[in-house]
This record gives sequence, structure tokens and C-alpha cells, in this order.
Amino acid sequence: MADLNVKISNLQFKNPVMTASGTFGYGLEFADLVPLHEIGGIIVKGTTLHSREGNDSPRMVETASGMLNCVGLQNKGIDYFCKHIYPQIRDIDTNIIVNVSGDSAETYAECARRINELDAVPAIELNISCPNVKEGGMAFGVSCAGAAGIVKAVRAVYQKTLIVKLSPNVTDIVSIARACEEEGADAVSLINTLMGMAIDIEKREPLLSIRTGGLSGPAIKPVALRMVYDVAHAVEIPVVGLGGISSTEDAIEFMMCGATAIEIGTANFIDPTITKKVKDGINSWLDAHGCRSIQEIIGVV
Amino acid sequence: MKKFVQDLTVKSVEILSSKHVLLKLTTEETLPPTIPGQFVEVRVDNSPSTFLRRPISINLVDYQQNELWLLIAMIGDGSQQLGKLKVGDTLNCLYPLGNGFTLPNDSSEKILLIGGGVGIAPLLYLGHEIRANKGKPTFILGARTKNELLELDLFQQLGRVFITTEDGSMGEKGFVTNHSILQKEKFSSISTCGPKPMMMNVAQYAYANDIQCEVSLENKMACGLGACLCCVEKTIDGNICICKEGPVLNIKKLLWQI
Repeated sequence: MADLNVKISNLQFKNPVMTASGTFGYGLEFADLVPLHEIGGIIVKGTTLHSREGNDSPRMVETASGMLNCVGLQNKGIDYFCKHIYPQIRDIDTNIIVNVSGDSAETYAECARRINELDAVPAIELNISCPNVKEGGMAFGVSCAGAAGIVKAVRAVYQKTLIVKLSPNVTDIVSIARACEEEGADAVSLINTLMGMAIDIEKREPLLSIRTGGLSGPAIKPVALRMVYDVAHAVEIPVVGLGGISSTEDAIEFMMCGATAIEIGTANFIDPTITKKVKDGINSWLDAHGCRSIQEIIGVV
Repeated sequence: MKKFVQDLTVKSVEILSSKHVLLKLTTEETLPPTIPGQFVEVRVDNSPSTFLRRPISINLVDYQQNELWLLIAMIGDGSQQLGKLKVGDTLNCLYPLGNGFTLPNDSSEKILLIGGGVGIAPLLYLGHEIRANKGKPTFILGARTKNELLELDLFQQLGRVFITTEDGSMGEKGFVTNHSILQKEKFSSISTCGPKPMMMNVAQYAYANDIQCEVSLENKMACGLGACLCCVEKTIDGNICICKEGPVLNIKKLLWQI
């Protein structure tokens, strides 16, 4: 049994496997299928200050080795989360992390401030990279100044572990990661989905309601891996890797490229037990390769 | 209702038409409780173009035989691969998902079940459960043509069956909502599953005649668990996940323009 513990700032994770926001609900949806306490961290659905209905249907298209979605941050807002969801998930024995989104520095900060008060939420993941909302979301994550402004505003009111989720839809993800680090982010997670399209050729129109959506799944893994490698070699803070991870081997690739932890997203839809399998798989791989700790493989490439 | 992800074993494969196959699945354990209208998300192996699981209605659960029936319409590559399964193969199933139809409280209720095409699938199980509770369901089953009317003998064991075909090769010619029985008799509730235009016509009939009506939707979905929010339908309660709060919805909840 290898030591799977990893740390982001002063927050301990029992293993490096987390769930990506928007793919695992609030964890409860998967409770029948996978032991939630065996997952290193559960990053819950993107939450905003006010409730959002999200985009119209259709919101999803299956693509080659992946899928496009344009859900658009449907959620019932932070009040509802605190009152109705938090009590149901606060006792799950893992790190519960809330993914936070907004449409201005003020709304991001206010949402983060509210979550700062929740004892059982030791971290947030700041979503400056959602490609499916008109205002906010990715608009902040595609420039250094935009990213820095949000991180600064949130850091001022949020004292716990602050992870910033980055968009791959940029020319230079490294400079954005550095801007977040300079403003006090404790970690960066990457990558969010890649913007894409799909067309109904009979109707001669896009298959998604808002024309574009975010591509996820194994199709994007090599792109994500390259970006994780570049960022991990450029910043001092930990990097959380995600993008198409569907197996133990995928997770180990990300960690070898420098990811301290990883998130599993779309693969949860194919195999709802994948998080446990990857966690157990990493352990077996380390044992088989004579590694006593996960630390022995992080960033070796 | 507890959900499972299990490899079920194919016990039999019955070809019902050139486009339809009935898979009877089993497992060494006892099949979990299910409700008519619920569905299974199956993982399709050997189909590179089928990335996500496929939602398939539960056609019947025979607890005596410990069999779960899936009626497959072979349309795309994924469903064609399902049609190629052989006895003894396994199929990875995530189930039971969704809410299911409301079962009548009173066995004397005059219940109408309307199915079109492969949409008849969950109505067999629903009819079976109504029958088991001493009710007497009436069915209107429609298809394009005679050869695509599926499981007729099984439906006939459960109650009265009225048929429509678009080409007139069996029963009354036309759509299910044109069947003359709808003008002759008054029903207390309708459960329907089939193509959306058909269900919209059924809903219109139900509204016009002040009849309780539930429809089974099949919006494109990914997770099947209410986590990804891809399959939402606009309702009077906002956007709700068809995979979790559906697939069966009372028409009063829907915002259909009918």
C-alpha cells in the first residue's frame, strides 16, 4: 500500500483523485455506486451567487471520443446550496470543494465569502473558464488582467484553499497561470473544456442551442497533458490536472507531467465507479513499480 | 431507489423485426426493485462511435425468471452492436434510473396506454403491473406497418389492444391518436410513450378531454443520474433533468405549445 497523500497549500487529500465540477453533481447522485469517502476530493457543480436556469436544450452532443456540452452553469444559487445541499454533503468523509462562478469580481467574491463560512468546505475552485455563459465565466479567464482581477477580489475575502480553474481557449495558458499565482492562488486546475461546434447537416444548423459548447472526454487528453506539463514547469504552486482522464494510466501520465492531483470528469458518465478504480489503480501501479509514495512520480517527466 | 452498475448476462436474443431485437438479461443475484417507465443506461462496447451510454427503457422485469427485458430499435451503430449480442455475452447496465409511471390507486380506473413504434417498450411492463394489481389496461399501439408492431401477443394477454398502422396493413389506418376508440370511450388516465409529435397529440387529446396524462420523454442524455444537467426539459418548475425527475412527466408540468 503506497502513500497516496497529497497536499495543496495546507489542505491534505487522502489520495489525488478528485471529481471534476459538473460531472459528479453534488456527489450524492453517485452515492449508490461508488464509496464517496474513497475519493480524494469532490468538486461540486458550479455555483453562482444567484440561481441560473442555464441554456436551452439541446445542451449536449456526442462526438468522437468525447462530448460537447453547453449546460451554462445551471444551479440554484449559493443560498439554496447553503440551506439545502450543504447539510446533505457536509459529512461526506472527503474534501468537499465548491466550484464558484460569477459575472463580475463582486459576485465571485461574494459567493466565495459565503462559502468561506462553511466549515466542511475547505477549498473552492474558481471557475474563470466556463465557455458556455455570455457574461463572466471564460471572459475573465482568457486574459491575464481578467484572471488576476478575479483572483485578487476573491483572495481578499477567502482565506481557505483557493484553486483557480483555467481555460485552454487561450494563446498562452502559462501566463494566465502565473497571473493567478501572483495574486495568491494556492493552485491552478486545468484544463476546462475546449470550445467546439457540431452541425446537423440535414437541418443546416448547429446541434447545440447556443451554437458552441465545451469539448470534454478522451479526445482532449493530449492537449490537456501538454498544458499541464507547461504550467507545472512554470509555476511554483501545485497544478491539478484534468481533461479526458479515463484510466489509471491517464492519471499517472498527468502526475508525471507535474500534476499534484487530478480530476476525473466525463469518464464518470461512462463508468460511475471510475474514481475508485483509478485511485485503486494508482496504488497498485505504485506497488508494482516499487514506489512507496505518490510523490515519487509527480513531475518526473 | 438504489441504483446499480452491473454486468448482466444475455439469456436470450429474440429478433422481433428487421429493426428490433429483444434482449432478455439476467444475473446470479436477484434483480433490484424497478418501476415501469424506468430505464437502463447500457454501455455499448465494440462501437467506436458510441462514446456515451445509451438509455433504454425497461420492457419488462420478470422477477420469477429473474429477467430484465430490453427492447432495442437498431438505428445507429451503437444499437446495431447491441443487436449483435449473443447468449452468454454480458452487457454493462446502470440501473434502475428515472422515476417511472404513476400506478393507479384503484383497479377500477379505466386506464389507457398509448405506444408508438419502439415506445411501446415500457408500456408492456406498465400494463403488466396494472394487471398484477387487478386493473384492466386498454392499449392503443401504433407502428408504421404491420411488421413493426412488436410483442402484440404479450400485450393481448394483459388487456384490450387497439391497433393503428400508418399504411393500414393492420388495425385502423393512421396514427394512434386517430383511433376510433378515443371517440367512443372515456378513459380516466393515459400513459404514453413514443415519438414526441405523437405524444404531443396524445397530450392535446388528454387536455381536451380533461384526462390525467403522463408522457415518457427521451431527451439526449449523458450521465443518467441527474449530475450533468444535459437532458433538461423546460417545465413549470424550471429546467429539470429528464434522467432523474423524468423520464415520465405529467403533461401539466410541461410547457409544450399544444
